[in-house]
Amino acid sequence: MITTLLYSMTGLILFGMGLFTLIVHSHPLRKILAVNVMSTGVFLILIATAYTPLGQGEVDPVPHAMVLTGIVVSVSVTALALILACRVQETSNLDLLKKKTVPETAKESTT
Amino acid sequence: MPKTRNRHKRLDGFQRLFLLLVVCLITLLGCILSTIPNSAPGLADAVARLQERSGVKSPVTAVLLNFRAYDTMLEVVVLLLAVIGSWSLTKSPLPEQDTDISPVQMGVVRLLAPVMCLVAAYLVWQGSHLAGGAFQGGAILGAAGVLILVSDFPWIRTIPALPLRIGLVLGPLFFVGIALCCLFFTGKLLGYPEGTAGWLILLIEAACALSIGITLASLFAGGRPDNTMKKIQPPAKHPPGKSL
Repeated sequence: MITTLLYSMTGLILFGMGLFTLIVHSHPLRKILAVNVMSTGVFLILIATAYTPLGQGEVDPVPHAMVLTGIVVSVSVTALALILACRVQETSNLDLLKKKTVPETAKESTT
Repeated sequence: MPKTRNRHKRLDGFQRLFLLLVVCLITLLGCILSTIPNSAPGLADAVARLQERSGVKSPVTAVLLNFRAYDTMLEVVVLLLAVIGSWSLTKSPLPEQDTDISPVQMGVVRLLAPVMCLVAAYLVWQGSHLAGGAFQGGAILGAAGVLILVSDFPWIRTIPALPLRIGLVLGPLFFVGIALCCLFFTGKLLGYPEGTAGWLILLIEAACALSIGITLASLFAGGRPDNTMKKIQPPAKHPPGKSL
């Protein structure tokens, strides 16, 4: 019981930390990392629910299979999100906005 | 200077409110989780009862590729969609010039890459009776691909796209094909005929592991292979067979 609770609470705290970062920080990379931390927390909770002490019955394989599915989906989501973030970085004028104080780059952008 | 101040920025009003809300939510969820009865029945008994008919001895593989094979089929398609998405967005940013590979790195890759392929094949085979399966094998295969990608071998840039594409869709096509055959012969989507489940699962897993490995490596490469470069540039110094 205490093992399940420990893992579940750790997963829950990870989920909360990820959720906070996802909303508060604006940088795409931080958001992607936050989603990853959140999903790790959820996986931890799922695995913890399947835990049974040794010799007290069968381990429930369904949450394990679900987590296996979830890990693969989260990997592909991360990869696609990273590539999208790179594209946003490339195509947006974020650097120009940051270098507002430098007059040359601003001139180049207008002409 | 403003940068350092930015980094240690104090939370403003909205962020504090949100922090409070998150803490409330976590406390609430924690209370719910701690009151879940420990002796919930779950599906372990149901899986154990049908284990004999699933054709494999590992319960996780039985759930993944027999009882809930529909989920796994869609998941393989999700992976394919991720690759299609990334390929349609960018070309892979591989270096254009030949870089010097250190002999140590080359030796390590030469040693590790074949072993990793072997371990991947073993994991797929092991999936029928122990922990293992298509995803674990595919992950090892993908890691081997990543190892080769980061080593900057010159022949990576000349890999033709067509075999890659065929490898990518092989797993999903195989899975869907077997599902449709099952629909035709037994009347149920992915309802394997009696006695053939073990072999069909192994076949699907082998094809899917190959596809997942190629998928993960191409996701790491970060874009579609650039085959236009091959026509413009002179052929690479080292012929493909000699570098690895």
